[in-house]
Amino acid sequence: MENAITSEKPVAQDDKKGEPVIIVEHLKKNFGEKVVLSDFNLIVNKGESMVVMGRSGIGKTVLIKCIIGLLKPDGGTLKVFGKDISKITRRDLDLLRLNIGFVFQSSALYDSMTIRQNLEFPLRRQKIKPMKGDLNKLVRESLISVGLENTIDLMPSELSGGMRKRIGIARSLILKPEIVLYDEPTTGLDPITSKEIINLIMDLQHQSNTTSIIITHDVELAKQASNHIVFVMDGIAYMQGTYEELVKTEDPKVKPFFE
Amino acid sequence: MIKQNKAKKAFLSETLDPFFVSAAQLAQFGWRSIREAVYPPFEFQETFRQCYLIGVNSFPLVGFTGLILGLVLVLQSQPTLVEFGAGSYLPAMSSISIIREVGPLVTALICAGKIGSGISAEIGSMKVTEQIDAMEVSGTNPFKFLVATRIMACMLMIPILCIYADMLALMGAFLGTNITGTINFNFFFNRVFEALHFTDVFPSFIKTFIFGFAIGLVGCTKGYHSQNGTEGVGMSANESVVVAMLSVIVIDLVVTQISGMLGYI
Repeated sequence: MENAITSEKPVAQDDKKGEPVIIVEHLKKNFGEKVVLSDFNLIVNKGESMVVMGRSGIGKTVLIKCIIGLLKPDGGTLKVFGKDISKITRRDLDLLRLNIGFVFQSSALYDSMTIRQNLEFPLRRQKIKPMKGDLNKLVRESLISVGLENTIDLMPSELSGGMRKRIGIARSLILKPEIVLYDEPTTGLDPITSKEIINLIMDLQHQSNTTSIIITHDVELAKQASNHIVFVMDGIAYMQGTYEELVKTEDPKVKPFFE
Repeated sequence: MIKQNKAKKAFLSETLDPFFVSAAQLAQFGWRSIREAVYPPFEFQETFRQCYLIGVNSFPLVGFTGLILGLVLVLQSQPTLVEFGAGSYLPAMSSISIIREVGPLVTALICAGKIGSGISAEIGSMKVTEQIDAMEVSGTNPFKFLVATRIMACMLMIPILCIYADMLALMGAFLGTNITGTINFNFFFNRVFEALHFTDVFPSFIKTFIFGFAIGLVGCTKGYHSQNGTEGVGMSANESVVVAMLSVIVIDLVVTQISGMLGYI
């Protein structure tokens, strides 16, 4: 299978990057009769930018929702910063989430709040984590980083899809997390806006050196933003490797994705 | 015969399963909301905001309905009372019927429609657009922030709305009495308050808290379990109104029965 790796056990990629921050072992997740993840294994190292690809409905979003504790796995272990997500208390999970940003596919901005209030919300809720500097400064800095400082007093309904995505990214990064999970950040956007979002993600990654997991179907995004790609198929991490490795594969299940 | 039995079982299962699932969801939500409301941290700011949205915005509708209700009650009953020579009982009759039953019940039914559907639609759309998940990953307990606060706000504001509606209904009754005859304001309200006793006001007041709890609980539960996108949100808002109204009527019956057993009637 050329240089790409088909994996049934967790395989740490690019050991030079740093210690593992996410370890997924034999993860299982079902919805009723439907088995979504059957024996999923994955290791994400510190500073790594991992892209997870695969067909729609294959369980990519389920994977990252399990990582952040929004869904409870039915089996296997899932450790983030060494803590087993399914065994920690609610309080510990909230503490852990301070270090994980999540960019939703639909942006998930709070409709009833202005952009300022949307960005302030995670800051105001974190009573246990002292934040230096005032809220206004942090919000403005965050908006400047995504190039939308003039939208501060607008409502989410007044923004375009691309702007909403940018604000979603700004909100998830405002707590300066060590891990950022992106759920299809370029889906539903025109090619120019997609390109802008890809550049934004790459810029932010270079600035803050975060560990990222990016769920996408966008080959361009995978090419530019990843240093490692996992291809999900039949509930497992079917194939792993760099973009260059996967693009050369002759596997009939993977090849059509990169053509 | 076997086929008929199977069809009957399938029909019963299809009809009863959603009922029991819904009842279980309501019970689970009710218990959890009580637990979340009494354990810190408390969401005072959001509760006050919801009190404003739920309460203050409902004052015009509830007030206008109360006024018309009192007016119509008097206009309908006055001819019969006068015919039997009991016209002087009009203030007492209207006060007892408004305070004990009609005021709280009509206010609760209006709130079930206006507030229950609003809560359900808001939480439902937050659910389908992943806003609740976003709240959770921000380290916020969405159940405490969204559900417990709204139920608390309903429990606080619906009694106040009921008192307000009762007041305006009594004003409406006074206006109605004055349409056909002339009656002094002081005389009318003296008769009203003479007729009212603690046993009339207390059960009625307690009832409004339970109405508030039921309306908030049903709205939140239905909204939180919304599925299938915007269509599901509409369906849950609709279901919320139906279930909340039925709950109000059943609670009214049960509380009236218990009040009677305790000697409050």
